Amino acid sequence: MRQRIFTPRNNSDPTQKKSLLACPECDLLQQLPELAAGVVAECPRCGAILCRTQKNSLERTIAWVMAGLVSYIIAVTFPFLAMEANGISNETTLWSGIIALYKQDMAGLALVVFLTCIITPLFAILSQLYVLLPLRLGYHLPGAARLFSWTQRLRPWAMMEIYMLAILVSLVKLTKMARIIPGPALFSVIALVFVLAASSVSLDAHLVWDFLHPPLAGDRVEKRP
Amino acid sequence: MTARPLTARRAQMVSCLSCQLLSPVAAGRTHCSRCGSALSPRKVNSLSRCWALVLASYILYLPANLLPVTISTSFGRHPQTDTIMSGVIYFVKTDFWHIALIIFVASICVPLLKLIILTFLLCSLQLGWCKRPLERARLYRLTELVGRWSMVDVYVITIGVGLVKLGALSNFEAGPGAPYFAALVILTMFAVESFDPRLIWDQMEESQ
Repeated sequence: MRQRIFTPRNNSDPTQKKSLLACPECDLLQQLPELAAGVVAECPRCGAILCRTQKNSLERTIAWVMAGLVSYIIAVTFPFLAMEANGISNETTLWSGIIALYKQDMAGLALVVFLTCIITPLFAILSQLYVLLPLRLGYHLPGAARLFSWTQRLRPWAMMEIYMLAILVSLVKLTKMARIIPGPALFSVIALVFVLAASSVSLDAHLVWDFLHPPLAGDRVEKRP
Repeated sequence: MTARPLTARRAQMVSCLSCQLLSPVAAGRTHCSRCGSALSPRKVNSLSRCWALVLASYILYLPANLLPVTISTSFGRHPQTDTIMSGVIYFVKTDFWHIALIIFVASICVPLLKLIILTFLLCSLQLGWCKRPLERARLYRLTELVGRWSMVDVYVITIGVGLVKLGALSNFEAGPGAPYFAALVILTMFAVESFDPRLIWDQMEESQ
């Protein structure tokens, strides 16, 4: 459900209110009303998404992220494609392409693939666990706010879904050259993509920021009912 | 609603782009008190940074598309070099039109379209247009959304390089154009990130 939220009038003093925020894309000040669960709030002026609410947002996100960690581990350790031609067979994991690029004097390219497909998704998974799990249990650990802001900012650089498309393209493309056998990691890459997408949809960043708001490290925060 | 909408800037507030916390300008903070990100009312030097990255991307667009991105040898034949476009043509000829379409859209159309949109947005700000801010904001959001998908070709090359290693019989290497192409995608992503869409609305408000 999409809901447009309303701007405060100029005469009331909106700067005093707590749930006030400025649209990140047009700077319009607005007052967030109490939103029902499952709502996407849009800026009334430019249509940017301001926040999405979700029932049991923290619990759902933690569950998705944990599932993500499992599929990530499988995705990086097992081969996702194998090819067989003239009696020679060859398997590829997420790493083998990167290592092959490095050996071909394409260290820069190898680094780009390494960062966007291995490091950033892992960072996203681990940092969300570090931030959200203690929050759910009623604590927050030092550096959580900092880490969470980095997680949000690095989001576009985790490119697992694009890698999945690339695997599918290669799968079709290489069937001409040799016999292609999908490996176990292929399915976990696909699972990882959907799980990470689900985790980002279920995450209500505002809720997390509200929990993190008293930024003193080690403080006990109120447990969610 | 009054004629001039109330923005954070007019209310003397700075909004943090990471956590959306509003801080009063009067407090003189350079960093957000909640998440520690750098605070400024608008992205710093947004226009000049974005111009620089856009121009650099236009320059990279040439080697990325003219130099071969893959070199493949099979069964002792003469090595075959492919640019992005010749790869697309090859797929069309071999009846893989769906792959041809994906690669053509992701690697040729999207980067060019993104650069044209960013150039248009930058020009519109420099020339002081104040019409159709909503459409321009949507154009910006579109570039933000689709830009990353250009990376698909880089990954296809990576997978090919990792997979096709059948000894002396057949080999697959990344060509000299591949790093230029990856650099092009990354620079355009930075260009989109450095552009501040709030400037579109500022201009419209000032003209009222």
